[in-house]
Amino acid sequence: MEADRKVKLVLGFGDQRREIEVNVPAEDPIPWDATTKFSVVGTAAPRADGVAKVTGRAKYTHDMNLPGMLYGGFVRCPVAKATINGIDWSAAQAHPGVKAIHDFKVKQTRYAHQHLIAIAAESRQALEQAIALVKVDYKALPHAARFEQAMVDGAPQVHANRPNIEAYSPSGREKAVQEAMQSADKVVEATCTTQVQNHCSLESHGIVAHWEGEQLKIWASTQATFGVRRDLADAMNVDEANVQVICEYMGGGFGSKFGAGYPGLAAANLAKLSGRPVKVMLDRREEMTDVGNRPDSVQTMKLGVSKDGALGAYKVDIVGTPGVGRGAGARNPMIYAFEDRLVARTERAVATNAGAQQAFRAPGHPQGSFALETILDLAAEAIGMDPLEFRIKNDPHPTRKAQYKDGGARIGWKNRKPNGSEAGRFRRGFGVASAVWYQIGQPQGAEVLCRILRDGSVQMRNGSQDIGTGTRTLMQIIGAEELGLSLDRVVPFIGDTRDPIGPGSGGSVTAPTVAPAARQAAYLAGKELRAVVAKAMGASADDLAFSQGQVVHQKDATKSMAFADACKLIDQGEISALGKRSKNFQAFEGTVGGVQFAEVEVDCDYGIVRLKKVVALQDAGIIINRRQAESQLNGGVIQGISYALFEERVMDRQLGQMVNADMEMYKIAGAVDMPEIESVLYDVSNGGNTTGTAGIAEPTMIPTAAAIAGAVHNALGVRVTSLPMTPDRVLAALAQKEKGK
Amino acid sequence: MHPPDSEKPGLSRRGFLKGTGLSVAAVGLVKSATAAQEAPAAEVPTLSAAQTHEISFELNGQTTQAKVRTGHTLLETLRDQLDLTGTKLVCDQGSCGACTVHLDGKPVNSCLVFATDVAGRQITTIEGLAKNGNLHPVQAGFLHEDASQCGFCTPGMIMSCKALLDRNPSPTRDECKEAISGNICRCGTYFNIFRAVDHAATLMKGGR
Ligand code: FES
Ligand code: FES
Repeated sequence: MEADRKVKLVLGFGDQRREIEVNVPAEDPIPWDATTKFSVVGTAAPRADGVAKVTGRAKYTHDMNLPGMLYGGFVRCPVAKATINGIDWSAAQAHPGVKAIHDFKVKQTRYAHQHLIAIAAESRQALEQAIALVKVDYKALPHAARFEQAMVDGAPQVHANRPNIEAYSPSGREKAVQEAMQSADKVVEATCTTQVQNHCSLESHGIVAHWEGEQLKIWASTQATFGVRRDLADAMNVDEANVQVICEYMGGGFGSKFGAGYPGLAAANLAKLSGRPVKVMLDRREEMTDVGNRPDSVQTMKLGVSKDGALGAYKVDIVGTPGVGRGAGARNPMIYAFEDRLVARTERAVATNAGAQQAFRAPGHPQGSFALETILDLAAEAIGMDPLEFRIKNDPHPTRKAQYKDGGARIGWKNRKPNGSEAGRFRRGFGVASAVWYQIGQPQGAEVLCRILRDGSVQMRNGSQDIGTGTRTLMQIIGAEELGLSLDRVVPFIGDTRDPIGPGSGGSVTAPTVAPAARQAAYLAGKELRAVVAKAMGASADDLAFSQGQVVHQKDATKSMAFADACKLIDQGEISALGKRSKNFQAFEGTVGGVQFAEVEVDCDYGIVRLKKVVALQDAGIIINRRQAESQLNGGVIQGISYALFEERVMDRQLGQMVNADMEMYKIAGAVDMPEIESVLYDVSNGGNTTGTAGIAEPTMIPTAAAIAGAVHNALGVRVTSLPMTPDRVLAALAQKEKGK
Repeated sequence: MHPPDSEKPGLSRRGFLKGTGLSVAAVGLVKSATAAQEAPAAEVPTLSAAQTHEISFELNGQTTQAKVRTGHTLLETLRDQLDLTGTKLVCDQGSCGACTVHLDGKPVNSCLVFATDVAGRQITTIEGLAKNGNLHPVQAGFLHEDASQCGFCTPGMIMSCKALLDRNPSPTRDECKEAISGNICRCGTYFNIFRAVDHAATLMKGGR
């Protein structure tokens, strides 16, 4: 048994470097750090599945057509709240095309379009007809579909067993905060509101279930293949070993696709009842109303600040609506140097008769960031300090400190004029906001199988999913790097629970959880190969290394041989090694940092915010694939722009229905709304795990809306405190300003 | 003979059809037959006479026959009948562009086109772009610029971009934005797509 090793690593970036000593377990390779010379890591490698995606060959759950497959769909409650007295599906059952019916046994519905029963039929047409034949006997009840309806005294109670308003424990610091507030040079106050945002993944929630005897085979559009496996094994009362979940490709999730959910349960049961494969794909309205959303928020803040720009006491009250779900916290991410004892936070969740919230890219953060950066900009304005300078003064993070200066130069911050100093129809402005993220991956969360075949090809296998972030390519790159191969020699496999365990893709954990396991797998397999080669050439395995397609003898180059030739020496058919995810160790910083800048031009006649440019700077750990990391950053910014300016679920307060549950009226940013985007990746030797990988899907979306709001503020001289910043809200803010004159 | 159903009431989709030349379905290429086995129970609220129609059209350069039902869209025909699943269904109402294909060389939302209306005409789908294993320059451009993340919008985007480059070999950034303004990408690949189009334009002019 080999012993653990103590290793000194150089972590950080640029002139911000530190040496730390870590204990490396025997089965792990020496962690990558700032001194590592890479051959493929950090290059701009093409996506491993890029060709499948651009040719239309990539098969999504949506694309599965199995012989004899039935179509599953739902009968739903037409009103926002009702008692279900009975459901008569006899006519549907008599339809020649109908093969199975599953009853969710709902007695009381709590939001419009809640699912009641599921039907499987021969064709989509037969399904539509059958759904229309079902008679639901219900009694509509008073509802509270919107925030303001649910909060008033005597509001209809959403849940039978708990009040509409759930308060989370207050901080107990109110008194200290109040006292400190009194001694502040300036106190600023603001209330910010944010909207409900729908995930609106292009591929809707969908699942295909197929029973082969006791074996359940599932294709799922999911962010957690293993989560779906567990859910369905539990629900159908079979062993997890008998459930196989496949997700080779999936068309977006953004937090909404973790478990099997009711579509999965319906598909599995309908398939069981009918003895046929069943496909359930939600239609767009179902996708918009019954599988999750980002909760809205009202955040009321008060901040004390000193003349020289030091942060004082901070009080924030947060209210959000999880619909019929739970937990709606807007997280004011504590980026800046607040004194912990001077922060008082109260939070309440208000239940409404609307679809339940679900995790959505950086849950709580974009809304929290919008509010926090608002109060910060107002504070800077109150003391007459430049908002960028104000942040530099109050932000202790070394990476963000560098990013403020860098980004300021890139956006042309020096051209920024004082707030509201522009006149005329078109007014320009600049804004800045910041992000934090926490992930260096989960220990024990992943295993990767590396197989080295006798023909010299290598497989990297993990059963989790690639939701578009590039996990598949990441495994390929890491295998190639560790074994000194070109990318085409390494074939990655992902999205089948018959392969080793991997995490659900939430919290940006997938990359930093899978990468170190992949590296360990390739390292251990390589070690075995080195032993085989060493024996054959009478050398010591320690003298052998992998580089440029060769097994290199580091002392005697004449003994080096091609990797492919070395593989021919494998006598037991192939080498395979299972790499596990070791514990995290110390990282450069506990968190990764990001800063975004926006430049806007506001059309003050029409209230239209036109984005000119966004500069996004993001700490991305050791960058495994430059191209995909940049795509993530662009993608986060673009979703942030969409959140800032366009997206909003609209509920009819009388009917309790979402009135824009389609892609025509629910506005998502399109190509014409795109500004110039400058994405700047910070390659930070992060430590924390053997590959130094950090997950960046989430932080990249957090500060965008706040940065745009800052720019609008700068242009107009008044803050738009509600999202999205639509023309009506911009014009209202301008009118408010006029009135205040 | 006119295209079946086109005069039937209640088919509101027809009103959305954009410039696809509804009336030009070639005579003789649509054969209609009432399919008894498809007739639903009497009280079923549905199109009055569910029929199947045989159509013939050119699909990715090949003469193709398909049996389509009354009210079937081109998108359903491609995906369900012909198992060409590269073209995606997302909104089913012309709002997202995921179902974009070329009809006689022009981009259309195939979720808004009746299958019967393509009889005798030319359809190109994402599956028809690569020739002899070689990617079309637009596909190569998308690969080069990493213009797909989850990839679900990608086929529709590529078809819109190809249509742009077919009519305008040197599009400006604004022309590119305009050309894909009907295509939604939820992952946020627009910026990469702009660069992919630039790259493809260079490739199509023989550059590298
Ligand atoms: S599916 Fe046809 S435009 Fe959206
Ligand atoms: S790449 Fe996912 S929707 Fe465009």
